[in-house]
Amino acid sequence: MKAKKIFWTLIAPVAAIVISFIFVSIILLFKHANPFSTFQLIFSYGFQPGNIVAELNQTIAYYLAGIAAAIGFKMLLFNIGIDGQYRLAIFFAAVVGGSTHLPSFLEIPLIVITAMVVGAAWASIAGYLKVKKNISEVISNIMLNAIASGIIIYLLQPGRLGTKGPHSDNLATPTIPKSGWMPTISMFGGQLYTFGIVAIAVGVIYWIILNKTVFGFNLRATGLSFRAARASGVNAPRMVFITMAISGAIAGLTGVGECLSETHNYSLAFPEGYALTGLALALLGRNNPIGVAFAAFFWAFLERAAPILDLNGIPNEIVLMMEGTIILATVASYEVVKRINKRQQQKLVGSAQITNVESKVTKESAV
Amino acid sequence: MSKVIELKDIEKKYPGVVANHGVNVSVEKGTIHAIIGENGAGKSTLMKILYGMVKPDSGTISINGEVAKIKSPQDAIALGVGMVHQHFMLADNASVLENIILGSEPTNFGAVIDFKKAKEKILSIVDNYGLQIDPDATLGDLGVGVRQRVEIAKVLYRGAQILILDEPTAVLVPQEVEDLFKNLKELTRNGLTIIFISHKLDEVLNIADEITVMRQGTTVTRVLPKDTNKKQLAEYMIGGALPTPRPADTKPLPEKVLEMKNVFWNDRTGREVLHDVNLDIHAGEIVGLAGVEGNGQSELVELIMGLVKPASGFVSTVGLDTAKNTTRKIRDNGTGYIPQDRQRDGLLMSASLWENRILGHQETEPMSKGLWLNKKAAQNDSQRIVKEFDVRTPSISVHASALSGGNQQKFIVGREMSSEAKMIIAAQPTRGVDVGAQAIIWDHLIEARLKGAGVLLVSADLDELFQLSDRIAVIFSGQIVGFLDPRNTTPEELGLAMTGANK
Repeated sequence: MKAKKIFWTLIAPVAAIVISFIFVSIILLFKHANPFSTFQLIFSYGFQPGNIVAELNQTIAYYLAGIAAAIGFKMLLFNIGIDGQYRLAIFFAAVVGGSTHLPSFLEIPLIVITAMVVGAAWASIAGYLKVKKNISEVISNIMLNAIASGIIIYLLQPGRLGTKGPHSDNLATPTIPKSGWMPTISMFGGQLYTFGIVAIAVGVIYWIILNKTVFGFNLRATGLSFRAARASGVNAPRMVFITMAISGAIAGLTGVGECLSETHNYSLAFPEGYALTGLALALLGRNNPIGVAFAAFFWAFLERAAPILDLNGIPNEIVLMMEGTIILATVASYEVVKRINKRQQQKLVGSAQITNVESKVTKESAV
Repeated sequence: MSKVIELKDIEKKYPGVVANHGVNVSVEKGTIHAIIGENGAGKSTLMKILYGMVKPDSGTISINGEVAKIKSPQDAIALGVGMVHQHFMLADNASVLENIILGSEPTNFGAVIDFKKAKEKILSIVDNYGLQIDPDATLGDLGVGVRQRVEIAKVLYRGAQILILDEPTAVLVPQEVEDLFKNLKELTRNGLTIIFISHKLDEVLNIADEITVMRQGTTVTRVLPKDTNKKQLAEYMIGGALPTPRPADTKPLPEKVLEMKNVFWNDRTGREVLHDVNLDIHAGEIVGLAGVEGNGQSELVELIMGLVKPASGFVSTVGLDTAKNTTRKIRDNGTGYIPQDRQRDGLLMSASLWENRILGHQETEPMSKGLWLNKKAAQNDSQRIVKEFDVRTPSISVHASALSGGNQQKFIVGREMSSEAKMIIAAQPTRGVDVGAQAIIWDHLIEARLKGAGVLLVSADLDELFQLSDRIAVIFSGQIVGFLDPRNTTPEELGLAMTGANK
């Protein structure tokens, strides 16, 4: 029973990856490149010790973006605002960190909490508009992303909250004092962010809240059926609002690892695009904390390995293609699996209707 | 007389519903042939096979003595078989004529619709069969009974000689049912054949020339109405137990579980939906709320549950002012709620049964303790419901969507009755539910009453209202137009009151 369940959970993403590899192989053949040697190149380069740490560090950020998206998906919310939420959050967190000098055990939590609060606050604008004014969170979040960019560019000017380094044109927030730096672990010649512990904790808490608590039940119920949740006594609009805020809070954590352990400030060099990546990873990982973790690592791995292709005369966009087809194939294969599962359930129910159910019911309870 | 339809040894393996197997039906020309059976007995599958929507695995269909291959509804129509669906497929803002010809318009030069010709043809159908419809009326202005006649005209317009009517009376009040039956008799006098699907035994005995009974996917017997009675038919259908007889009268307790005083409510557009409603329910009584759907019942129920707040007036559910209390509080205070639309309001369709057991009770013990859910308790109690309410399911971990409607409903009733509710709102609790499930649900409602619960039974089913209610309140157009005593009221009187005739 257990093994069967795992099989049905894994079959869809595995099938998606296989389909994507086949698709990319065909494209490679058209380009007169050998698919096998190309994949081998990606894997041998990706698994080089020097790259693994960088991949793991990237995984932390992707994972948090993925969980932020996943919690939104549980509520049927499409949080495309992760980008704006994360950048605004990390910007203000860096500003707060750069202007305070507290001992580590206060400074680091202060920065982390600031990021979460800002992310949540920014997301809750979209949540408010959705609940009170019935405005799609997709539209409002896209606009909020643009507004967040504007705010950051305005505030990052020298004389406001930004500074320009002596040898650089890059605008950045003041450097966070050393007490606000998070240690790293040296391994394989790289520096692994200890912020990964926070990411793992987020995953564990996410799972416990959703599956074990009344709050999580209310959240899932509202996502599954707004009307049924409302009739059951859940304040469904409030649940939608809160979920959006939580998603924003987790999105706010996305760049914190990099900021605390590497850059020690916020600059325009922080990447954009975490929203789409997060949504894709949540989809691929099926909103499951472990699934999203694998997906996040896989993504970080592929992107880290991509540049090696160029050096071998293969366009690195092959990796983008692979990512794209994986997402498409994932959506399709989950739907297929869902239908197969439903059919199986119906068959069971159908036979239960004809035959006497007593024996089966008691058997099930023993499992 | 000749056999117009003959189905022989139809077999269909079909996921989800009971397969059809060994189905044999033969229908004489110019008769009304009823096919009865519980929900899930395979009637719908059989009709879908006959209408070409589903292909049988084996068996033969003969129409007018010739073996027919029906692969699609188009084939069926070409062979003269037409279907009148239970849920009308009509456009509200088009005229009757437009609705009838939609999809098979007569044209000039292959492009311009010939309305004149269409109207002539429709009028001749109307005259021939005494259908009483005005082709120029706008559909949106018409009542349910007339709409149904439009559906029938639509099928006749396409040249059907055999009409399949799927539970045609489900949406009608008694007077409209009588009209429909007159129309059907007229059709058969003109040589048409009617297949009438139903699970209402009174009607079937009244209208049918012949009855085929289905049970668990197969045809069990074929009888003439004069040779049988309601009790026997029910026994054929379920192979035993009969619906519960009317419970003994008991005196309601003084305590009020529901108080509604001068309640008004308007919808978002400002239309008045409820007008000066006054309704009290005491502990230990079942009050039926009779009315044709859409006369304010759903809004009244939502007010009682605190899902919406009154525009003016006062509603108190088990002592809680609903304007000041949340739905959660009202539920946790001892109000059970069986919603009318069970799939949308009563269940999480893609969650397991045991998770559905928690729904509505997520913040009360034993379903949860403090912040934490109690999965074990939910699973154990789901097992209990499955046993006590005879929910047909292979396990409590299948999704609610996998169950048939009747079994979903039994599970909901079991859930809402599990916490010794003081007040139970049962909105259309047995709609679309088979006789066996109905008996179980009725039994439990009566038992709850005996234990001292007050029950509001919202229903359009006269049988149910008479069987269960201690008093019947009639709602029409947002007002309570009267209270009737089921002991000395006839179904005709109630039906009349439901259409607002007493006003």
